[in-house]
Amino acid sequence: MKAKVGGKKIELVANAAGRPVPMEVNGSPQTPYQGVGKYQPRGNKAAPPIRTCSEYPPGGDKRVGSIKEALQKAGLRDGMTISNHHHFRDGDLLMVQVFDAAAALGVKNLRWFPSASFPCHEPIIKHLESGVIGWIEGSMNGPLGEFASAGKMNGLAVLRSHGGRWQAVQDGDVHIDIAVIAAPTADAFGNATGDRGPSACGLLGFGLVDSMYADKSIVITDNLVPFPCVPWQIMGQNIDYVVEVDKIGNPEDIVSGTTEVTRSPDRQYIAELTAEFVRAAGIMQDGFSFQAGAGGTSLAFAIYLKEMMKAAGVRARFIRGGSTKYLVEMLEENLTDFILDGQTFDLEGVRSMRENPRHIDTSPFTSYNWHGKGNFASMVDVVVLGATEVDVNFNANVVTHSDGILLHGIGGWQNCLFSKCTILPIPSFRDRIPIIVDHVTTLCGPGELIDVIVTERGIAINPARKDLIKATRNSGLPIRPIEEIKTEVEDLCGGPPAKPEFTDQVIGVVKWVDGTVMDSIFKVKGVDNA
Amino acid sequence: MKDEFISGIPDFDPDLEPRSDCIIWYRPKTSGGLHIQLESKVAVMYGVSIQELVKSTLTDLGIANADLRIEDYGALPFVLQGRVEAVVKAAHPEVQLESLPTVKDHKRYPPQRDRFRRSRLYLPGTMPKFMLNAGIHRPDAIILDLEDSVAPPEKPSARYIVRNALRTLDFFGAEPMVRINQGDLGMEDLDAVVPQPVHVILIPKAETADQVRAVDEKIAAVSRNCDRKDPLFLMPILESALGIVNAPAIALASPNNVALAIGLEDYTADLGAQRTLEGNESFFARSMVVNAARSAGLQAIGTVFSDVDDMEGLRTYALEAKSLGFDGMGAIHPRQIRVIHEAFEPTGEEIERATDIVLAFDEAQAKGLGVVSLGTKMIDPPVVKRAQHSVDLALAAGLLPEDWKQIPREELFPESVEQVEERR
Repeated sequence: MKAKVGGKKIELVANAAGRPVPMEVNGSPQTPYQGVGKYQPRGNKAAPPIRTCSEYPPGGDKRVGSIKEALQKAGLRDGMTISNHHHFRDGDLLMVQVFDAAAALGVKNLRWFPSASFPCHEPIIKHLESGVIGWIEGSMNGPLGEFASAGKMNGLAVLRSHGGRWQAVQDGDVHIDIAVIAAPTADAFGNATGDRGPSACGLLGFGLVDSMYADKSIVITDNLVPFPCVPWQIMGQNIDYVVEVDKIGNPEDIVSGTTEVTRSPDRQYIAELTAEFVRAAGIMQDGFSFQAGAGGTSLAFAIYLKEMMKAAGVRARFIRGGSTKYLVEMLEENLTDFILDGQTFDLEGVRSMRENPRHIDTSPFTSYNWHGKGNFASMVDVVVLGATEVDVNFNANVVTHSDGILLHGIGGWQNCLFSKCTILPIPSFRDRIPIIVDHVTTLCGPGELIDVIVTERGIAINPARKDLIKATRNSGLPIRPIEEIKTEVEDLCGGPPAKPEFTDQVIGVVKWVDGTVMDSIFKVKGVDNA
Repeated sequence: MKDEFISGIPDFDPDLEPRSDCIIWYRPKTSGGLHIQLESKVAVMYGVSIQELVKSTLTDLGIANADLRIEDYGALPFVLQGRVEAVVKAAHPEVQLESLPTVKDHKRYPPQRDRFRRSRLYLPGTMPKFMLNAGIHRPDAIILDLEDSVAPPEKPSARYIVRNALRTLDFFGAEPMVRINQGDLGMEDLDAVVPQPVHVILIPKAETADQVRAVDEKIAAVSRNCDRKDPLFLMPILESALGIVNAPAIALASPNNVALAIGLEDYTADLGAQRTLEGNESFFARSMVVNAARSAGLQAIGTVFSDVDDMEGLRTYALEAKSLGFDGMGAIHPRQIRVIHEAFEPTGEEIERATDIVLAFDEAQAKGLGVVSLGTKMIDPPVVKRAQHSVDLALAAGLLPEDWKQIPREELFPESVEQVEERR
């Protein structure tokens, strides 16, 4: 099929999942998805330019007067790529200032490459409209997602997982010109950490790749300490400039959106069923590991699992965070030896990371990067994730809703699918919208990696997981074929939902963990430039 | 005459976004056909089917000309249909036609007189979002309430939503109950409810036997008209001093009575007493209800515990109700169901003794003996009956395997009652 991609009409090709994808996105050639583990690129990783100490102040003081000055010194010009980490989530105070400064400098057509953007970044829409920013590549939560969904962005949205972002930078798919690193504590040399200071946000793992591969890296801090800032999470040897500001972020807004335990009895029930499944399948045993996201149901799952672990006298070897106070409690009650943490979702997580040597900061390189010599995600015994839709073949969607609107980023979701057992606890319908469909609107994760769907109306096990089916056969849990749950819910909701009508305009692509293109996101008909 | 009618509460709290529900404004017209203005959260997926359903509902009701505005938050078809019927009948009280969703196959199970009624989950009749998944929490019964939890302007809508829910929603085996309104309104409720797959009617503020008989007669009349063959059982709720003193007569008022329930908020207000945690003020009433119920062969059902976050308080309360002789109590949140079931479950010792008695009874039956004895003790028939009830409860709670009679005693009860007592 032919489709409009970035103003041009081009032929889309069908990838290994049968999804139509463009061979070129935002001027870069693309490889279509080839299947899990099939794409084997060779060659060397990208590398930043060689620098010498003579280019930097001999006393180690890399401070400059303002964000604007740092951008000027870094050589900001039209068409550059600016990156940042999202450890402040909805509490970030810097990126709006960065693009305001870029606008004041008169540059155009920048590519913003955040690890994620949030509703607090809504003011940046004006820079998209005026052309200061050409397009965003990175998770878009809230108003920016709606903006992109409406096809208003000049370039395509490129959605990558956390591991996929590392892969893209490391492999040279994305070249970062200027990295902006919000640092809750730093010294004038550029050593920086997220675990302390008045704006402590825990760790800076998402910004690590930016600091290592960007042409120029700017550390911005509101808590400058005399050299050395120890322990450092970001090394000053990778940093060009340091800027002091009054406030870099609101850590209290880290806990925005998804990080509250569900109060819904239906979701609590789903969480409890999930924990019971983990126990019944024999996964919950001494030395095991798990990861649960920060969504309300996942948090409730962790609480139920904790009670079961206590009752059975079982202790985990490690839990992979996103940490929350609930995981911290498990660490402090010795129900796990370690938390291997990728981002702190609340202030208890921040405190624990600072104080507890068994609460370890990790990065997408250690945990998620597919183009590495292994990663932690695939060593986890069981992971509990969300989804907006799943289909009868266990394929899942996390970025669009059934109405076709792009609303969420991928986060670490794709990377986590490589765990030994992947469970998606999801309600069988939301309002009136059935969650189990014939075909997902957007493919984000292939069904071969998704093992179990837990709904309030029953548990569906991927027929390929004969081991799990066997292990839970006599568990008394409500295990049912996925088609049966789908039929029941469609009967309740008044038939299968109609599919949205799409235009032929591609507004974004979903990357797989190896950088290949898994699916295209089309603009929905009727959602226009109102 | 008003020119606009409404179903649903438009001024909702902006923090509490409505879910699985809708608000409908209706303007009758004499010409010009049907005009439906739909604003829906699920327009992409269900916009067309909503338009079709609303039109067919209006056709069922004989309406050919009207303006409707619908603000939809993912209402299920039975809710849309119920709210359309409510606004139409508010605008045209003379309309006798109905628009009924098809009765689903899973609704076709017969009422049973003898079943557990440990928990009954109250759901407001105008809050469909709470009804959709209520059954998955496995209460023994689900009460769709038309009375106190429904605000007066929503009473007519509640009637149609409840009627349609009874025909449509899977309660996964929970006993479907409806609490009707007091007085004439309650009698009108019965016209809508009796023809549906409902098993028990709760009669609020029952004060006299005549009141129960009036409900029973109305049910009989409606049943004849709609060809209802199944019995429809009654649970009078006693919630006034008069109701309590008339409890024995109320218990005997109808052969369809299956249980007596007590409501303490209204009762204590009627007494002029404060409702306390200790409950001394209602001790007599509670005992009276238990005794009146038992003397008529009915179950006795306690009132609700209203703090949904206080699980320990709920447990204490339920255990006390059990100790007074109650068979169950109300629940106002799904979270309470498990705690209530656990409280009304027999203890390990009760189960062991009960199984002893049931086995002794089986043995006596096998030998053709008229008298049951356990060791040197004679066992009276009521004790056998009570023991069988405890065994049934234990089976329902999964505390005893179905094939317990085939399992060796030492496997079933690894630690004997005597050993437990010794250890103490």
